Amino acid sequence: MTSLITMDDLTNEEIISILDIAEQMLPIARGEAYTPILSGKVLANLFFEPSTRTRMSFEAAMKRLGGSVLNLGDVSTSSVVKGETLFDTMQMMDGYADIAVIRHPRQGAAKYSSDAVEIPVINAGDGAGHHPTQTLLDLFTIRKCHGTLEGLQVALVGDLRYGRTVHSLSGALARFGSSLTFISPSSLSMPREIVQDLRNSGVDIVETEDFLGSIESLDVIYMTRIQKERFPDEEEYRKVAGVFCLTAKDLVNAKKNMIIMHPLPRVNEIAPDVDSTPHAKYFEQAFYGVVARMALLCRLLEVDVQEAIE
Amino acid sequence: MSEQGMRRVTAIQNGTVIDHIPAGSSLSVLGMLGLLDSRRTPISLVMNVPSKKLGRKDVIKVEDRELTQEELDRLAIIASNASVAIIRDFRVAEKRTVELGSELVNIARCSFSNCITANPMEPLPHRLVVRSAEPMELRCAYCGRIQEIGALINHLI
Repeated sequence: MTSLITMDDLTNEEIISILDIAEQMLPIARGEAYTPILSGKVLANLFFEPSTRTRMSFEAAMKRLGGSVLNLGDVSTSSVVKGETLFDTMQMMDGYADIAVIRHPRQGAAKYSSDAVEIPVINAGDGAGHHPTQTLLDLFTIRKCHGTLEGLQVALVGDLRYGRTVHSLSGALARFGSSLTFISPSSLSMPREIVQDLRNSGVDIVETEDFLGSIESLDVIYMTRIQKERFPDEEEYRKVAGVFCLTAKDLVNAKKNMIIMHPLPRVNEIAPDVDSTPHAKYFEQAFYGVVARMALLCRLLEVDVQEAIE
Repeated sequence: MSEQGMRRVTAIQNGTVIDHIPAGSSLSVLGMLGLLDSRRTPISLVMNVPSKKLGRKDVIKVEDRELTQEELDRLAIIASNASVAIIRDFRVAEKRTVELGSELVNIARCSFSNCITANPMEPLPHRLVVRSAEPMELRCAYCGRIQEIGALINHLI
């Protein structure tokens, strides 16, 4: 792996190895230890779309490990508004940084960027395409809570059409033998490329609009926001906005160890009364973004973490 | 070409004969080869003639022009089983086949409007990956979208 564009760039063994390294990074991410193993390395944070958690957790990950960060900043103050191509922007990054993280509104932008430069590129979200680093932290959270990634019953809920987090997560979960239930309005169902690939690899998938019908059997409910910004017109958005809302009373029949996840930000798809239940893991999940990204940065920058820590 | 097909148009002295085009696709083939707007190249078209291999097929004869292998490979999108003969002095001088490689580079653009390659200023090549030859499935190498084969004619480069 020289770049991470989709989860297909990682084998199952590489995923497990990254999660193991992430586990070792927990004291560093909490500030309990300082191990500057990325000292002298520079990360370019190129966010052409808004981001809170992903951008800041990459920055936290790099700085906790002693590296430094260049931020593209507000796109409206960069040369992008002058019409600079992504190719040209990436050429500059090749000279300025050791590794680049890119989020872009256009699908395929991360792959395109990685083809344009020599340095490793990490896809932090390309339109409605993929978001593999979110998947790494999602898998870390699931393993932390369930002790395994194997053979779980997982429901992915909400905007499966435009939701890049679920595009990346579904394939990864399937590779570890999970059974997947896709719950969405029909207009926001999982893209056919993804469903076709999963079915071709023999994965057991249920597609339904029935939100809570199978809650007793689930190990993970992965909620997602209906993304207003991806809809071509507001009327289409209004038809489906607020269609799924999980409340504490919906969880009465859930397994005790069932976990609720969300890539955040949420709008109204998880009621605040869920936050105080033992099922709610989304804030913990967001913190794990730092360790998952620390591990990934070390991997792509070819730093031997074992040797450096010992 | 079958004798029945041959008899429908006269033999050409020099040029290229493209046989075994799926019935009804010959105008698309001419479009892909940039020959639809040509006013100088004599072209003969035979459409919907019986074929043992395809049931029905189209045949194109292009006079006084030997199509290159690169041009012919563009046809793989809509006529992957086409057979091609280069004609010199009324004889078949060379036989060629259309090759569907593992990737189509700079033959057609991704049809997805939000793909990074939709920006015409971006300089990297347009790449469509061949995921399956039969039935043909092409995906954009960048955004991963499955391409509608019938609509690709509108996205040729």
